[in-house]
Amino acid sequence: MTRDMSDRQITATAPALVMRGRPEIRYKCKTPMKGMRMMMRVLMAALAALILAPVASFAQNGPLRIEITDGVIEPLPYALPGFIAETGDAGGMAADITRVIGADLSGTGLFREIPQDAHIQRFGAFDTPVSYSDWTAINAQALIVGAVAMQGDKVVVKFRLFDVYSGQQLGDGQQLAASVGSWRRLAHKVADVIYSRITGESGYFDSRVVYVSESGPKNARQKRLAIMDYDGANIQYLTDSSTIVLAPRFSPNGDRVLYTTFETGFPRIKMLNVGNVSAQLLPEVPGTMTFAPRFSPDGGAIVYSMEQGGNTDLWKMGVNGGGAQRLTNSPSIETAPSYSPDGGRIVFESDRSGTQQLYIMSASGGEPTRISFGEGRYGTPVWSPRGDLIAFTKQHAGRFHIGVMRTDGSEERLLTASFLDEGPTWSPNGRVIMFTRESPGAAGGAQLYSVDISGRNLKAVNTGGAASDPAWSPLLP
Amino acid sequence: MKLGTKAVIVLAGLALAACNNPDKYAGGAGVVDPGGAYGDGGITQGGINDPNSPAYFSQTIGDKVLFAVDQSTLSPEARTTLSGQAQWLSQHPQYAAIIEGHADEQGTREYNLALGARRANSVQEYLISQGVAGSRLRTVSYGKERPLEVCSTEDCYAKNRRAVTVISLGAGS
Repeated sequence: MTRDMSDRQITATAPALVMRGRPEIRYKCKTPMKGMRMMMRVLMAALAALILAPVASFAQNGPLRIEITDGVIEPLPYALPGFIAETGDAGGMAADITRVIGADLSGTGLFREIPQDAHIQRFGAFDTPVSYSDWTAINAQALIVGAVAMQGDKVVVKFRLFDVYSGQQLGDGQQLAASVGSWRRLAHKVADVIYSRITGESGYFDSRVVYVSESGPKNARQKRLAIMDYDGANIQYLTDSSTIVLAPRFSPNGDRVLYTTFETGFPRIKMLNVGNVSAQLLPEVPGTMTFAPRFSPDGGAIVYSMEQGGNTDLWKMGVNGGGAQRLTNSPSIETAPSYSPDGGRIVFESDRSGTQQLYIMSASGGEPTRISFGEGRYGTPVWSPRGDLIAFTKQHAGRFHIGVMRTDGSEERLLTASFLDEGPTWSPNGRVIMFTRESPGAAGGAQLYSVDISGRNLKAVNTGGAASDPAWSPLLP
Repeated sequence: MKLGTKAVIVLAGLALAACNNPDKYAGGAGVVDPGGAYGDGGITQGGINDPNSPAYFSQTIGDKVLFAVDQSTLSPEARTTLSGQAQWLSQHPQYAAIIEGHADEQGTREYNLALGARRANSVQEYLISQGVAGSRLRTVSYGKERPLEVCSTEDCYAKNRRAVTVISLGAGS
């Protein structure tokens, strides 16, 4: 396929995906949890166990151990024959969709694709019966069979997932349709279903990331807000680079973005509508700086930092800019807030103890409880969408780390280490963390990285240029 | 006496030329025109030899003070510089100033914004204590967004942990 569809912009106005309930796909099995699926659940549990493991060592007062696990899990081998083109003009699209599904699955580090040239069985049609022995022979544990048809300006994709060793289809076949411009979302949706069926967890591929695109030298860096698919495709710029912009965050349904801008010469909070790329400054008290805004989980409120007379505290206001209310009142720095998913609590950083540490308080303010007690400084806490973990940046002995801990501060685990890692953001399913990694020196630059919560699968995210401050959207509707 | 002053000025000029950064943000001047009374248009008149010029303020008196890691307290050297700044501002009531607070890159972004604000505020409070009207001063923090030096060693970090007093035309009301 020669047309480069990645140039197309998917905006919030793109037609929603049409999900039709399994039309011509017939099958009888209700696959019990066994075989491949059971194996994957065990695998996911093992990943979770990795996070729980170092409790004892952390609870003591001794030096915090830095443990970065790697490569302990064997990825599950799967086969993904090229999706069948069911209309004459669907060949390129079928190949593209197949490629994106494979990139999604293999990109998790949990799955390994068996190259197509090793396949024995070739599917002439979507309904060709599966010859399981052909797939066990090449050690495929999962098999994905799909087909693509073009219907006017719509792409229709259908697929089935097979558990090769139990010789059964896993779950229903599904058919999805979308406008041609949204074909990548179709592929991500298929990959999300497959990921979800095999792991028992919700997926995260059909999602977007808002971030700061960077260019220019370190002492005159130009920054502009950008949005992209989670995998770096479909980059769209939301602001020009005429002023510094920092730390964007999505609204709970992904339709708006809060960020900090220097456009007035002073840090101010701005709210941007992703669909029509219009933005407005939120009100401020004259002579103050406002920054670090985040939406509440119900989308109705904004928690943020306000600096007055050199002192920074946390405040809350309505999403329309009214009803500002002080949440902390301390001569120390209080910033980088993050709501719990139920909206009841806020985790934030404060240096009231003398150094940056993490605290949790009620979403209406009140006395906070400190949760970080390891050596070094802790900042940028972000509550997991599952509610169980808090991701953070840790600075210790001249290094930066991304880590996770329980909400009571226990079971701290550092996932990365480098000259400068900061600003974690969670995938919609709470399994993967994206963050900024900056390299040192005059030629240093920022890049987005992702890592899963066990510390595995650390990799750069392709943004086509320097980038920082990622914030992951929820799963798209 | 006059000769001595000139010598100092020339030396200061040389030193600046030696480490001057061609970038327009060198010296920590504002990245964006804050607008209004703080606009920086037209403040380049007069050279460093003219004690009434903003160039004299920034280069001879010194527009920068430095801070220790994660600190915003003023060192004795900083106080000396700021006393000079306050005296100049008192003698030149037609000018206002924006005090920019900056941090080095060893810190998270939003914390460093707050830290830069603390530093700018320390300078502002000291200038006010020396008789400068608070209405002529405003603070802003750039956090770690605008380092002066770009290496990643303590030599550079020490110069980046700074507050810069940027002179602008038009006194506050």
